[in-house]
Amino acid sequence: MKKIYGSAQEALDGLLFDGMFIAAGGFGLCGIPELLLAAIKDAGTKDLTFASNNAGVDDFGIGILLQTRQVKKMIWSYVGENAEFMRQYLSGELELEFNPQGTLAERMRAGGCGIPGFYTKTGVGTVIADGKEHKDFNGQTYILEHGIVADLSIVKAWKADETGNLVFRKTARNFNPPAAMCGKVCVVEVEEIVPTGSLDPDHIHLPGIYVHRIIAGAHEKRIEQRTTRKREDA
Amino acid sequence: MAEQIKGWDRNQMAARAAEELQDGWYVNLGIGIPTLVANYVGDKDITLQSENGMLGMGPFPLEGDEDPDLINAGKQTITELKRTAYFDSATSFGMIRGGKIAAAILGAMEVAENGDLANWMIPGKLVKGMGGAMDLVAGVGRVIVVMDHTNKHGESKVLKSCTLPLTGKAVVDRIITNLGVLDVVEGGLRIVACADGVTEAELRAATEATIV
Repeated sequence: MKKIYGSAQEALDGLLFDGMFIAAGGFGLCGIPELLLAAIKDAGTKDLTFASNNAGVDDFGIGILLQTRQVKKMIWSYVGENAEFMRQYLSGELELEFNPQGTLAERMRAGGCGIPGFYTKTGVGTVIADGKEHKDFNGQTYILEHGIVADLSIVKAWKADETGNLVFRKTARNFNPPAAMCGKVCVVEVEEIVPTGSLDPDHIHLPGIYVHRIIAGAHEKRIEQRTTRKREDA
Repeated sequence: MAEQIKGWDRNQMAARAAEELQDGWYVNLGIGIPTLVANYVGDKDITLQSENGMLGMGPFPLEGDEDPDLINAGKQTITELKRTAYFDSATSFGMIRGGKIAAAILGAMEVAENGDLANWMIPGKLVKGMGGAMDLVAGVGRVIVVMDHTNKHGESKVLKSCTLPLTGKAVVDRIITNLGVLDVVEGGLRIVACADGVTEAELRAATEATIV
């Protein structure tokens, strides 16, 4: 089965619909599916619910879909530096579901693994626990969290082979594997598609079973906070 | 309020916090003053975790060597070390939730005498999000808060009970501020040390929480 597509637009063909639920990889602006987000903006799909750790910045990442008012709801853990996000939230235009970061990652992983719910200590005694089932194990209290299954996953990897086996690079891996796992359909953008057989099978980070469509393209890979040491200090 | 008592500066607080870390520990450092703790671990074998998916976090890169694929949880460019390992976010929080991380050092807006911690939002004003803080305080072995003892109006941030939405309930073990070191114990807080030039009377006067 052919998994490689010519463009982000082609790879998303037939997958987008208004009101859909999308899980996106990335942490801050690192390892975000920037090509697929741009294509969703161009497609104009509306009333989207996103599960993503962050919302990008005003003009990059999911931020570009906030500017066009295509996002109805965010399931997220940290706002970052997104002024438009804050404005839409405080004015009530955007619905938010706060998730602790590890709970969000595990909800995606669990959803992809056929686990509908799990218990965690994270958030016990906070507003996160309001309305959730509490259960004691070995004298400690835990709350029930639900696995996420998304209509579509959009993720960014470094390299893919033609069967969709993926390799990520450094901290750009982050939410991409769990996001990929939880989608009914997963579209991946990579920097390079390599011939099948050229990746070491022992070094595959995410097997191709989770990957349905692949595109390759040039990435801007914007840096959010450039922090350095001076060479003379080294 | 009387004239502001100074005590330790940011770097002195970070140096004091570094004394808490034991050889061989895997540790998570929060944003702000906690990040400075890395500068004071000395000869101890400490491995820093960055919850976006890395163990063995190195210093900032030299100018020109920044890599957009290599950042810490504060979104800052960093470097890797020989011991570095990368993993995904679910694995990262698996090791946090699973109690494999010995300690977390993090900042706070408020801490209460029962160990309650608030550091993620001010209703109607500031929505930061909790990020990984709720997972960290619920999962790691020891939670150490490093913060200024009072806010910019001179009011105590070490309280009888928190007024802001909680990050975790009864999770803090030790508080290090510009005025001293306090432990959360049965019935309130116990003074471990006063900062240089700060008297116990001054520390008590600046603290709303019960000191036992």
